[in-house]
Amino acid sequence: MKRLFPWAVLLVFASVPLWLNDPYLLNAFITTGVFIVAAMSLNLLLGYTGQLSLGHVAFFGIGAYTSALVSLGFDVELLFGIRVVHEPWPVWSGFIIGTLVAGLFGYLVGKLSFRVRDAYFVIVSISFAEVTRLVALNWVELTQGPLALTSIPPLTLGLPGIGYFDFYSKQSNYYLVLGVLVISYVIISRLVKSRIGRAMVALKENESLAVSVGIDVTRYLVLAAVISAGMAGAAGSLYAHYLKIIDPDVFLFLYTITMVIMVVTGGKGTLAGPIVGGLIFGFIPVIARSFAAPEVQWILYGAFMILILFVLPQGIVPAIEKWFGVSNEADEARQNTPSSAKTQDAS
Amino acid sequence: MTSSSQTSTQPVLTLEHIAVHFGGLVAISDLNFVVHEGEVVSLIGPNGAGKTTAFNVVTGFMRPTKGEVRYKGTLLNNLKPHQVAELGLVRTFQRTSVFQNVSVFDNVMIGLHRRGRSHLWDTLLALPRERQSERELRDKAREILGTVGIERRANELAGALPYGDQRLLGVAMALAAEPSMLLLDEPVSGMNPTETMRFMELLTRVRSLGVTILLVEHDMPMVMGVSDRIVVLNYGRIIAEGPPAAIQGNPEVIKAYLGQGAKRRAGH
Ligand SMILES: Nc1ncnc2c1ncn2[C@@H]1O[C@H](COP(=O)(O)OP(=O)(O)OP(=O)(O)O)[C@@H](O)[C@H]1O
Ligand SMILES: [Mg+2]
Repeated sequence: MKRLFPWAVLLVFASVPLWLNDPYLLNAFITTGVFIVAAMSLNLLLGYTGQLSLGHVAFFGIGAYTSALVSLGFDVELLFGIRVVHEPWPVWSGFIIGTLVAGLFGYLVGKLSFRVRDAYFVIVSISFAEVTRLVALNWVELTQGPLALTSIPPLTLGLPGIGYFDFYSKQSNYYLVLGVLVISYVIISRLVKSRIGRAMVALKENESLAVSVGIDVTRYLVLAAVISAGMAGAAGSLYAHYLKIIDPDVFLFLYTITMVIMVVTGGKGTLAGPIVGGLIFGFIPVIARSFAAPEVQWILYGAFMILILFVLPQGIVPAIEKWFGVSNEADEARQNTPSSAKTQDAS
Repeated sequence: MTSSSQTSTQPVLTLEHIAVHFGGLVAISDLNFVVHEGEVVSLIGPNGAGKTTAFNVVTGFMRPTKGEVRYKGTLLNNLKPHQVAELGLVRTFQRTSVFQNVSVFDNVMIGLHRRGRSHLWDTLLALPRERQSERELRDKAREILGTVGIERRANELAGALPYGDQRLLGVAMALAAEPSMLLLDEPVSGMNPTETMRFMELLTRVRSLGVTILLVEHDMPMVMGVSDRIVVLNYGRIIAEGPPAAIQGNPEVIKAYLGQGAKRRAGH
């Protein structure tokens, strides 16, 4: 029953394009899905290692710009007259390179700030996001600055023996985002249930105790930062190729705040939290737009957030788990009792 | 164990001229002692004598102002705590220290970190090695919970355990980290006499596994009962050292403890 639940949810979401014909709503689903992936990546850091990345949008934006530039090509003059010309590459390689470059920056930011951690990491991550925004804004030769990168091609997938498929329609983009979301979910779920995830939680809960049993703080925090940043970069890449236009506004602090709100209201440190929070705060603006003025929309947004956190300070998912009395953790722990040990080993 | 003369020829932990200053405060001044393989040594002394500080220096939580610490020949001075643990030198903490919001079972699973055999790829791709490693760790965790006698509480949150059991869980986690030497900082403080008795039995079992033990403890009957040798600290320096019988009657030791007895009571 509990095992089937995620599959049932997946089935429901997989069916959406089959009955939903409204392009406006489908668009809302796609962009919400992209932000859920970003929120899930933030949750790995915030929820499992306890480190708040308040510049998380930097990785999202780096993924978006890198992926767009790899597939569009560029021609820039560096210092000392060195000229770099890049011919357009297949779009799928842009997606992969965007993910990797974002992950690399996750590594650098992590290495730089996890020696001191906590407040220091918050500050470094915010500053980093601001620097990336300024680069995107001012390195006009590469990024077109405020004029935006336009005509970004849609993602294409070459399947040997079957041919090329490009994600041009809303329907196909919906499934693309859903696919990336499922893969991200599986990655995070496997990580946090493993020895690596236990090490991360241990560092968050009690660092002295964690290191005393041999857990290397920097190693696991940096690992979390790399995976988290790469995943955010993948989301950014999807965003760029879906919207086909990207400007320095992708680096706005507002987007980081959106991700944080999604994670915290849904329930940080839970697998489903960012999805639940993401759906709610992805769709509030969409629903509110149909009947409220822009200012009122923001008020509604804020009011909803405060309401949720006031009533359910731990977030929605932990509250639901508590309400039904069985959490995943309790389920797993039950499997670990000596009495069930034999049956488990027999399988 | 083989004969004591053989063990005494193999010092594993050596502290040479260790000093720790906190600004103007001298917490430890010129501390020298060795622990031999398989020995149980107790470090005792009144409150503030510098016992926990000595533990912190040995396990990489603090850098000594002066001197050298070695474990099996490796200089520990510049190692981080997790690197010291990698060498098999594992400590417990004076204040109760467990992962409060994690189940007892998972506390021990965290303690088993060092024994995990799976790599990142095994985890991400759910390869057989991941499952096998996890199964081994779970078996080991059950075994360790059985050894310390809290297996019935495996599924409770560690923070919900009674005090004595939390202390046992702390030791279980340290044992999980596969120590060749265990440093216990006041393990029975707050335990009732029955629990203390049980803990002494546990210590005997741990010792029979070949684990060297350095113990800090205020419970004198226990210290006298389990130690091969006792090192007495006062104001950051050693005032006496020797087998329990010799320490018990040492006037210097009695004086140090009488002077501080009342304060110690108040402090706990
Ligand atoms: N981090 C620190 N900063 C400043 N002073 C410290 C620090 N840690 C310990 N001290 C001081 O060093 C001295 C030795 O403390 P330590 O904790 O080692 O004593 P102890 O022997 O473990 O005492 P107890 O039996 O109460 O645990 C004390 O005077 C203490 O106040
Ligand atoms: Mg102490």
